Amino acid sequence: MSFTWTLITLVIMLAIIWRFLGKYMASVYEGRIRWASFIERPLYRLLGVDPESEQSWQRYAAALVVFSGMAILFTYLILRLQGHLPFNPQHLPDVTPALAWNTAVSFVTNTDWQSYSGETTMSYLSQMGVLAVQNFVSAAVGIAVAVALIRGFSRKGSRTIGNFWVDLIRGILYILLPISFLAAIIFMAQGALQTLAGPAHIHDALNGVSQTIPRGPVASQEAIKEFGTNGGGFFNANGADPFENPTGLTNFVSIVLILSIPVALTYTFGKMVGSLRQGVAILTAMTIIFGCWLTIGAVAEHQANPAVTAAGLTHQTSGNMVGKEVRFGDTSSVLYNIASTQTSTGSVNSASDSYNPMGGFATMTGMMLGEVSPGGVGSGLYTILLFAIIAVFIGGLMVGRTPEYLGKKIQASEVKLATLGALVMPITVLILTAVAVSLHSGQVGPLNKGPHGFSEILYAFTSVTNNNGSAFAGINSNTAFYNILETVGLILGRFAIIIPTLALAGTLGAKNVVPASLGTFRTDKPIFVGLLIGVILIVGALTFFPAVSLGPIVEQLTNGKFF
Amino acid sequence: MSDLSSLQAKKESQTKTQPGTPAAEKQSRGLFDRDILSHAAIDAVKKFDPRMQIRNPVMFVVLIGTVITLLESAANPSVFSWSVTIWLALTVLFANFAEAVAEGRGKAQADALRRMRSDTEARRLLPDGTEQKIAAAELAKGDLVICEAGDIIPSDGEITEGIASVDESAITGESAPVIRESGGDRSAVTGGTKVLSDHIVVRITSERGHTFLDRMINLVEGAQRQKTPNEIALTILLAALTIIFLPVVVVLKPFAHFAGADVSVVVQIALLVCLIPTTIGALLSAIGIAGMDRLVQRNVLAMSGRAVEAAGDVQTLLLDKTGTITLGNRMASAFLPVDGHSEEELAGIAQLASLADETPEGRSIVVLAKERFDIRERALGAEHVFVPFSAQTRMSGINLDGREIRKGATEAIKQWVTQQGGNPSTDLDHLAEKVAMSGATPLAVADGPQLLGIIELKDVVKQGIRERFSQMRTLGIRTVMITGDNPLTAAAIAQEAGVDDYLAEATPEAKMALIKAEQEGGKLVAMTGDGTNDAPALAQADVGVAMNSGTTAAKEAGNMVDLDSNPTKLIEVVEIGKQLLITRGALTTFSIANDVAKYFAIIPALFVATYPQLKALNIMRLHSPQTAILSAVIFNALIIVALIPLALRGVRFRPSGASAILRRNLLIYGVGGILAPFLFIKIIDLVITALHAY
Repeated sequence: MSFTWTLITLVIMLAIIWRFLGKYMASVYEGRIRWASFIERPLYRLLGVDPESEQSWQRYAAALVVFSGMAILFTYLILRLQGHLPFNPQHLPDVTPALAWNTAVSFVTNTDWQSYSGETTMSYLSQMGVLAVQNFVSAAVGIAVAVALIRGFSRKGSRTIGNFWVDLIRGILYILLPISFLAAIIFMAQGALQTLAGPAHIHDALNGVSQTIPRGPVASQEAIKEFGTNGGGFFNANGADPFENPTGLTNFVSIVLILSIPVALTYTFGKMVGSLRQGVAILTAMTIIFGCWLTIGAVAEHQANPAVTAAGLTHQTSGNMVGKEVRFGDTSSVLYNIASTQTSTGSVNSASDSYNPMGGFATMTGMMLGEVSPGGVGSGLYTILLFAIIAVFIGGLMVGRTPEYLGKKIQASEVKLATLGALVMPITVLILTAVAVSLHSGQVGPLNKGPHGFSEILYAFTSVTNNNGSAFAGINSNTAFYNILETVGLILGRFAIIIPTLALAGTLGAKNVVPASLGTFRTDKPIFVGLLIGVILIVGALTFFPAVSLGPIVEQLTNGKFF
Repeated sequence: MSDLSSLQAKKESQTKTQPGTPAAEKQSRGLFDRDILSHAAIDAVKKFDPRMQIRNPVMFVVLIGTVITLLESAANPSVFSWSVTIWLALTVLFANFAEAVAEGRGKAQADALRRMRSDTEARRLLPDGTEQKIAAAELAKGDLVICEAGDIIPSDGEITEGIASVDESAITGESAPVIRESGGDRSAVTGGTKVLSDHIVVRITSERGHTFLDRMINLVEGAQRQKTPNEIALTILLAALTIIFLPVVVVLKPFAHFAGADVSVVVQIALLVCLIPTTIGALLSAIGIAGMDRLVQRNVLAMSGRAVEAAGDVQTLLLDKTGTITLGNRMASAFLPVDGHSEEELAGIAQLASLADETPEGRSIVVLAKERFDIRERALGAEHVFVPFSAQTRMSGINLDGREIRKGATEAIKQWVTQQGGNPSTDLDHLAEKVAMSGATPLAVADGPQLLGIIELKDVVKQGIRERFSQMRTLGIRTVMITGDNPLTAAAIAQEAGVDDYLAEATPEAKMALIKAEQEGGKLVAMTGDGTNDAPALAQADVGVAMNSGTTAAKEAGNMVDLDSNPTKLIEVVEIGKQLLITRGALTTFSIANDVAKYFAIIPALFVATYPQLKALNIMRLHSPQTAILSAVIFNALIIVALIPLALRGVRFRPSGASAILRRNLLIYGVGGILAPFLFIKIIDLVITALHAY
């Protein structure tokens, strides 16, 4: 299938998913879907939760933080003790403290940054029992926050924003589990592994070679890895490993899964606030940014690799194939990696480190824009809504009214919370990168010197703070220094955005709704989409331009030209 | 009596030597009066006080940056670092200057008002009926004072006895005297105004220091200026945009170090100041002050900036029909005869009936008769008796040479004709109904038992008001007419004036209920009022504009006072409120958009020594790293000065839909804000290079 047809099919598939999954999710979170109540109700009883009672934003946030804290602790303990626990056919030892801490935080924050190789570090129990579980629950937490924020917009004079436990359980039960189950079957049918038997030992008598091929319950983890925009692969090679991503079809299905929930949530948003056009406006902004970055990446990777050219190899393949799977070729690899870096998934099917400078620029800056195009499950929507509030504030002033978004006045507390949520990420990334490049423990991390080494460090902190989890690679980050410093980014990038977002849901929900009139700044029109994109790009550009100019831009200019 | 007249003469001479009234002041002072500018220049220096600077987080950061570059320049002097330091200091100075200029006109006006307030003498009336002369400043609330022709009223109060014509020009700038009388809605007088005729007793209603004049001085001077809600929200955004650039600039040092380069502190601070939103930060308070000032220029006193801002948000305007939508008085517009009488005949009798009638309606009948049939005013013989209107008879008229001419409500005249032995025609009812349907008032005319016809009294809708309402509609504002008329008449006038809705047979309770209903629906409501019974509604409305001619209760309940007592001005108030917000938004956009060009000037300059390939980013082809940085800093300072006129006058505002306004402003201030600095930084760079400073 040519790249054009891939894109056309992708757009059609996503349009269908947008319409049906989006509507379905609205029904789930508005409590109209009940087919699994026979599991749901006992779960509430077990947790001691009254599903009818709602929480204020403070209680919602407290429940979320306590739940995530417990999840980190539980994951940490299992990883630390895996050597003494069952389902460990390879007899892998306990995970070291710094790595277990890093991994626990990383999976609970929906990041799935992996400083380890799955096949040589994690037992089946760790993979299935904690990491895959976190893939489900962290995704459900993200969607819950987005839904809480939507409720803030759609309600008026309300003191509550929903019930965290109900949102969490419904998300897992009605959305993540059933669809992941179906997707896992597709992966298995295409040849992804799904077994609890240990590694296969193969002796090739003809050549006299013995091989140990790691195996495991891969397909089940693969589905939620993509669908929950987690990205943590079973194997080190992640989406490039043929046992994880066996065929062109699974590659395509992966991309569709990655984009499904973030895209469909814009429908859910429109539906729940009572105007689909509002959801379309947000989706349009997301799509335009995605399209631009995909273009930058695809054009960049379609160029020859300058290092290969310099080596005098004149008969290159078309495009830069260094670090890419021949099965997927340059364009599909770029599409996968762009989809993955713009959604906080972080799964990759090719090595970004080997991309041409502008290809690396595209994956890195895609994250720097705050993961909003379309962003992670839930996090993409709530983050872009923070930017929307800032855009509405500036634009609204310019039409001569106290700005309002979806009928809610945007005043001091909203501006404060939205800017807080939007600025945590860049500040954290810049400071952590500065710490790493200043200290010896950080400086020894990257395998390259100069601008490329700088890019490797900058990319790592951009990835963790955006809860993306993709690695530029080329950096040895499994050190106590990186493992611990990264968790600062992981935690701030997740909870320092979620808490202001929930607070925002609280203040917005308590407000009355101003009826729209001709004097209202319309947020379902192209001009708003343009302003929103402008705000996202300008905030991203203004904060990261100096850093990026010292990394990929210098590299690109060293090659003499942009493209 | 001779004493009194000499006193009057003396007072008059005093009045003549009195300094200019605010009204005169207003005419003489433009926005950039030389006097104001020179005062502002001095104030700008005074404002370097850190205690003042801390109120503005953006400029405070610039000030701190200036101090650091100053120390750095002293330690390692170079032309470059000194130049940066000087231009940073100028940036702060220009910001101070902008605020000082904005305050200037208000201060001048306050001074004039203050001179007026000083040492008036009051004649206090003691309980035993004797008079006591005391200084106005010593008057207490509840005291009774006597004011006679020529006296300055010592403090705010209400007339308890008498009627007087009062010159309120000191407050309103309007030279025509107004009538004030005890009882009713015209009993309030303001301290500082002058009694022109007659004798009144006034009960003081304001405490010392809390008179209307005191409040006015505080307001025009901005002494108690507080940040408005939108201003606070914007300040938070600007603070956030300042905070974010701190790490951006600070981390450049380690980043550069990793690349094997170095960045000097002076350059870091230069970059920081260029990136933080100094343009809007410098002009923000000036914009707010100037907005209030624009209202004062239109003779509207807003009690708080919050009220002005609320005016921009208003979605429903409640407008009293009389005086706002219509000219205030009903005017005769047609003579409609019955029973075969001619129009001219009816006009003649109607004119006779109205000759002695001094009401505006009566005058308008005489005028119409003259216009239509050239019936001149006649001298009446001695044998005439004017019969005034009374609520019992509901008629007025004249008894002349044995004829009894009457005009009045249709029912009343019908009764009168029957009493006189005449036979009222059925045509009359039909005609009267038709007139009422069209929104006019029918007035029947009879000469004894003979019924002549009907005078149509029409509410004349103000010229241009329809257009104003349609402009309001494009701004998304709903206009509601409030009237005591019956629904039929109200509907007709509402249609003619082009209002969106009306409230007929309005009572204060109905008005209040309407305001509350609108507010329940999330709308902000503005209204005007003058009577005591308007006070609760004025207080309830988000923007309540009280007429200066109204009662004290009304003036205290509202959050604005219109000194001209012109209810139509509500519309202008709304526009000023909007313009204020637009100006803030536009300059914020401009300020942020400017950063793009500054980056392209400074970033290549920073690292070009280490990475010569970054020269490609120097798209302006600036001469050298130093001229590039300095040009950006100079641009950043000069743009503040360049935008002061815009900040003070406000962005041009034409009523149109939100989308059109936004498109226009985004194009000018957003796109323009990205492009303009590229051009000007390049020009500044060329100038610096030509000066061979580097």
